[in-house]
Amino acid sequence: MILYFLTLVLFVMGVYCLIAKKNIVKKIIGLVIIDYAINLFIILIGYRRDGVAPILFKDMPMEEFARHSVDPLPQALVLTSIVIGLGVLALQVAICLRLYEKYKTFNMSEINRLKG
Amino acid sequence: MQGLYPLFTAIPLAAAFLNLLVTKVNKKAADYIAFVVAAVLAVMAVRMLFEAPFSYRVGGWSAPWGILLVSDGMSALMLTLINVVSLLAIVYSLSYMTAYTAKPKYYSLFLLMIAGMNGVVMTGDLFNLFVFLEIASIASYALVGFGTEHEELEASFKYLILGTVASTAILFGIAFLYSMTGTLNLPDMARQLEIVGINRAVAFVIALFIMGFGLKASTVPFHAWLPDAHPSAPAPISAMLSGVLIKALGVYTIARIMFNVIGPNGMVSSLLMFLGALSMVVGVLLALGQSDFKRMLAYSSISQIGYITMGFGLGLNPAVPPAVAALGLFGALYHLINHAAFKSCLFLCSGAFEYRTGTRNRFEMGGLMRRMPVTGAACSIASLSIAGVPPFNGFWSKLVIIMAFMQAGYYVYGSVAVLVALMTLMTFIKLQSSVLFGQLPARFAAVKEAPVAMVVPLVILAMLCIGLGIAYPLFGESVLQAARDSLLDKLAYMGYIIGG
Repeated sequence: MILYFLTLVLFVMGVYCLIAKKNIVKKIIGLVIIDYAINLFIILIGYRRDGVAPILFKDMPMEEFARHSVDPLPQALVLTSIVIGLGVLALQVAICLRLYEKYKTFNMSEINRLKG
Repeated sequence: MQGLYPLFTAIPLAAAFLNLLVTKVNKKAADYIAFVVAAVLAVMAVRMLFEAPFSYRVGGWSAPWGILLVSDGMSALMLTLINVVSLLAIVYSLSYMTAYTAKPKYYSLFLLMIAGMNGVVMTGDLFNLFVFLEIASIASYALVGFGTEHEELEASFKYLILGTVASTAILFGIAFLYSMTGTLNLPDMARQLEIVGINRAVAFVIALFIMGFGLKASTVPFHAWLPDAHPSAPAPISAMLSGVLIKALGVYTIARIMFNVIGPNGMVSSLLMFLGALSMVVGVLLALGQSDFKRMLAYSSISQIGYITMGFGLGLNPAVPPAVAALGLFGALYHLINHAAFKSCLFLCSGAFEYRTGTRNRFEMGGLMRRMPVTGAACSIASLSIAGVPPFNGFWSKLVIIMAFMQAGYYVYGSVAVLVALMTLMTFIKLQSSVLFGQLPARFAAVKEAPVAMVVPLVILAMLCIGLGIAYPLFGESVLQAARDSLLDKLAYMGYIIGG
């Protein structure tokens, strides 16, 4: 339970960073923290205390394996999710740099040409 | 066609990367590759309308373990919508995008977006849906900022931040559903949820999904990005975003999960109806005062998405008679395809006007009907359609939705829908009078009709606006009702896990 709670703390820190900070680089860092919190949460779903890696060797009894191995699916999901997160992060940083070239600032409240 | 089903994502995905390689050798090739791919996909998608429902196992893995692709009435309808509109947008891009540099990169992103949207509407696996949703979203973030000017980058960044938050909420919901049901396969998940029932965790997932997918569909509390993002994109992309993307990523996914996986539910129904009504009113009120042509259209998209969401909400309501719920859902689906036709047409028209006059401010335009008769006529037809003037298509779908709400006894929602229809009419009369009629400014005296490649898609879309209204008996019975029945029949959807 404590692990879930710590994940929640991480998530809330990310949300705070995203909402309260004016600097767009810090906003991106906030999004990354949220992303990590969700990834940790998915890993925790498949976690099992004293579990073994979900690899079935020939000499391993089936029931023993099923009782001790962790759920492999969340791990596969998290791998995919991390890769997607990387793609989004790359785009975020690229747009952030382009914004700096145009506006000469990272401050979100000065980047305000679109209104209405 | 069954064996070819995965090609709907495979072809555009392969072409997107092939395109970048080929254009290293020959710059001209990008146009041809994009056009041929879009044409092939459109033909295939139209053929899918005549296929019986089936499910396809990717890689031959059987259902709860492998990824399942499902083809039913709803998927076929959405595939047709996506691929036909994208073909028209690509034809339009052939001459519109010459003003931009890096045309091959534009086509690659466009094809990636098509691949993502096709994947979303085909897949029967929740995580797979998330991956395709992200592919389409990332491509659309990049396309919104494609002009790389101040406004475009700002809009793209806003869209990117909010879109990422939405994706995070969706992923969070998927993780919850997986921990409760132990499966990611949508038909299997529907079965497991029958056992679990609607407990607090499922209610939390519903809230996360309505926030996440609602943000992609831009229903009102989550709409802030749309009026910035859609006008900033190049015109064909605006047409794709407003016409198709918000429906494929937002409305379709909400409908599929709420109808087929979670099932009709009073709480979700009243929430969707309320959000829909709110979007309708707020969208149209904000649209009224806009001076930017495309921004006005973007706000009106929010309002029209409200109609669709509200119709879906009524369809989910277990308390009203099934025939009335089905009527509401039918109206929503009908409005969904109609909106794709007229909103794409309007955005392409705005692009054609901008291409010739160099402005998007509607007060600077005027009298363009005389200089650009074909574009002007298409723009008029689409405006009359969205405003709900009979016999154009928008009238019939709004009529069906309003009738369904009146029959169900939701008189307030019904009256709001009538009122918003009138205000939409007002908005588009204002738009028409300032752009197409009135005094032609002297500096636009030499304006010519838009190039052929831009006019042809406009004419086809305008004809669709009329055709979808008048020729309803030809397709309504088969296409729309198949889509409606596939959403209403949860048992049949659960059955896809066996068949294949």
